[in-house]
Amino acid sequence: MPGKSELLNLQFIEARHSLVELAAFLDRFDRHEVPSDFRLEALKNALPILLENHPDRARKILESLSDPSSEPIPHATTQGAAGAPRPDL
Amino acid sequence: MKYIEPHAHMVSRTTDDYEKLALAGCQAVCEPAFWAGFDRSSAQGFHDYFRQLTEYEPQRAAKFGIKHFSWLCINPKEADDPGFAREVMSLIPEFLKAPNVLGIGEIGLNKNTRNELTIFEEHVQLALDHKLPVLIHTPHLEDKLKGTRLILDSLANFPQLNRSQVIIDHVEEHTVSQVLDAGYWAGMTLYPHSKCSLDRAIDILEVHGPDRLWMNSACDWGISDPLAVPKCALRMKARGHDPAAIERVIHQNPVDFLSQSPRFVI
Repeated sequence: MPGKSELLNLQFIEARHSLVELAAFLDRFDRHEVPSDFRLEALKNALPILLENHPDRARKILESLSDPSSEPIPHATTQGAAGAPRPDL
Repeated sequence: MKYIEPHAHMVSRTTDDYEKLALAGCQAVCEPAFWAGFDRSSAQGFHDYFRQLTEYEPQRAAKFGIKHFSWLCINPKEADDPGFAREVMSLIPEFLKAPNVLGIGEIGLNKNTRNELTIFEEHVQLALDHKLPVLIHTPHLEDKLKGTRLILDSLANFPQLNRSQVIIDHVEEHTVSQVLDAGYWAGMTLYPHSKCSLDRAIDILEVHGPDRLWMNSACDWGISDPLAVPKCALRMKARGHDPAAIERVIHQNPVDFLSQSPRFVI
């Protein structure tokens, strides 16, 4: 396995790119008259997890973007997924 | 580098993609039945699709020296109507005789409905009745965690099921432990925007080890990359994984699981 400095050399630019892209995405929304959306709120709510000091941030972010219910639903209202739990769930 | 593509929807891909797979070292491609991007209007549409999976695609792959295998089912996205789903399922036994059919899949859940779960369980019983391996799709995005838990709870009600003959696909960081801890195989799907990126799949390998894990491109009609597996192998090399470790996850592990079907001969 590579050491931490090798990982940085290999992946820092990609990580930097991802961070700037996310910041620009949020800026883009601020520049437009867009009503609040459950997906955007879910994304913002997940951001503090990035600053936690435990090596399971990806798992926790995925969990925060997951439907928290446990029972099967009676019928599907859509075929696709939105990426964040709908507020009516 | 030789490798196995254990999950690809080649009916959605061009013949050029078969050439790319062959050039990259692909020995065999396995194609589960899935949602074609729109709902089929009749069971006859599935009859035609099953013929495509068992007759036409093996010939198309063979032109490039690639073995083609398939899995059969009605996918969960079209399984919310139990009457329709059962009509399609009644066609499956006829096709199980085809020489490239490995098992039942990709069954599972989509929106985690009661009907989807019922049809999922009927597929599991079909696999048990015919002593076949099972390939399971877990739902997308926000539905994955709940769907994986529902699937695991449901499978626990089949005590006769040999868990080593079941692979639960599309795992991510929040579902992989549950699947592996329960004794099943787990598949990681390498997608550009959803499921696992190349690096996240390698992270999962580093954290959980290589036992009972494979990776696939699940390339289909959507944003996906038929060369995702060899690209991930290259990325593993860049991250310091030795050739034996890479060979294990892209070739030996798929061979070990798939060889549980006597039809998987490469």
